[in-house]
Amino acid sequence: MKARISYIAANTFREAVRDRVLYNLIAFALLLVGAAILVGQISIDIERLVVINLGLTAVSLFGMLIAIFIGIGLVSKEIEKRTLYTMFSRPVRRWEFIVGKFFGLAGTLVVNTFLMAIGVFAALLYVSHHLQKPDAWLLVALYFIILQFLMITAIALLFSSFSSPLLSAVFAFSLFVVGSFAEDLRGFAAMTKGVTRWLATGAAYLIPNFSALNVISSVAHGEAVSGQLVFYNSAYALFYAALALCGAVLIFERRDLK
Amino acid sequence: MKPARGTTVIASILLIACLSGTVFTLDRVDRLRTGASLEEILYISSPKVLKRLSLGYDGLLADVYWTRAVQYFGHKHRSNPENYKLLAPLLEITTYLDPHLVVAYEFGANFLASPLPDGAGEPERAVQLIENGIRANPDEWRLYYNLGFIYYMEMSDYAKAAHAFARGSERPGAHSFLKILAASMAQHAGELETARMLWITTFESTHDKQIKSNALAHLRALKVEEDVTNLEKLVARYRERTGRLPASLNDFVSAGMLPGISVDPTGRPYKLMPDGTIEVRNPDDFPFITKGLPPGRQAPRPDFGKLKMDLPP
Repeated sequence: MKARISYIAANTFREAVRDRVLYNLIAFALLLVGAAILVGQISIDIERLVVINLGLTAVSLFGMLIAIFIGIGLVSKEIEKRTLYTMFSRPVRRWEFIVGKFFGLAGTLVVNTFLMAIGVFAALLYVSHHLQKPDAWLLVALYFIILQFLMITAIALLFSSFSSPLLSAVFAFSLFVVGSFAEDLRGFAAMTKGVTRWLATGAAYLIPNFSALNVISSVAHGEAVSGQLVFYNSAYALFYAALALCGAVLIFERRDLK
Repeated sequence: MKPARGTTVIASILLIACLSGTVFTLDRVDRLRTGASLEEILYISSPKVLKRLSLGYDGLLADVYWTRAVQYFGHKHRSNPENYKLLAPLLEITTYLDPHLVVAYEFGANFLASPLPDGAGEPERAVQLIENGIRANPDEWRLYYNLGFIYYMEMSDYAKAAHAFARGSERPGAHSFLKILAASMAQHAGELETARMLWITTFESTHDKQIKSNALAHLRALKVEEDVTNLEKLVARYRERTGRLPASLNDFVSAGMLPGISVDPTGRPYKLMPDGTIEVRNPDDFPFITKGLPPGRQAPRPDFGKLKMDLPP
């Protein structure tokens, strides 16, 4: 079982690299270098802030786009190329296929994030000539970004398990946007009463909470992130990713692939 | 293909367990991040920047910010706070994004103006917010009403309150109650002529019996106040002339200072007290007077509870 999942994951990773996914790193590098030089010339004393804010935001957005657009094609592409049938003619279970695909894309995103993180720190070193102690919190922000990727990858897989690639992209992207306002949604739900409150609260808990995982602004100002937040955010992201994967498995198990 | 039963059972159990896990951990995260989202958002404290960032969806963003302001206020209010430092910026952002969001001016100004811990205790900023609202929505009479209310309740500035209510009463569709408030405030501020004019206008322009009777009571009170002021001036002049206080109001008539005994609007003569002050016979006939009252009986402060009538929704 483990070997089969690892094999599918490794294949997914290889395929993503073959699809030139990592080319986004070039755009990312150009963006960072350009911003560092430009802001240094036209502004005062915010070069560091811009490099951190822009760098981490770009890591997050590039990763999200990759997670969504690769994630939604993971199932449909295999069906289209008919490789899925070959795979299922071997002793591979459907849930193993979903989990393997998830780990493959998650691995791609982790590698991508790692390379971008090197770029962010290099740009930071370039503009401020040395790294400071609070810069270590950037690693926490990057870790949270990876947690976001795990969630969105699982969500993209969930949608791709029953919908067309285009609709899956729309659903996943919408959920990403709505999830960025999750705290507001829960606040709104708390202000309602009766049945509306139950329904709104239920919906607010089902929506992924991306806002708690976004600490870019705080770390850009050198603010610490509590260990408890790291712990609970990690637990939350893993639970949510597992939840979406279970949903994907349950749907995909019942899907007629003929 | 028939789904594998084992996989379905395990995936379902895991799904429920993970759902419970997300709810539990999210609650923990929420407790750790109380107010965090607001602090983050105020890293962008410039309404102008936010308007540009909204890409034209400024109406929606204003709604979000107004809801945030309400949440912030409600949340802080429960914890008996020392300040509401984010309230004013949140309201300024909201109203800059949507200058026609009248509800944000109305309620926001009340949140700002009330003294701590019920409100932010910033009546000056509340006045500024409402004035901005009036500039953007000059025909919204409710904004003038709120402005007058803040001047009266939080700043005890009756003249400005009267002015605000009077301005509001001239707006199209304004409730006639504003005229009453304006007159009442002007009377309390000592602007008797303004008050008289406003009460007469109120009396003549309404068909509502209650408002008419209220206006009449105020006009009678104004008459009493004017009479008492004049009679007390006469007492002073009489004293200057004779070196003693008059024994009764008849002394004025004998001295040729009055054509006859002055009576209050109910027809009862005024009382000249031994110390030279003037009082009405029955103070209960004049609920709104501030002069001519017996010692120890204070002039009532205009009471919104009494004055207020049902405003249209």
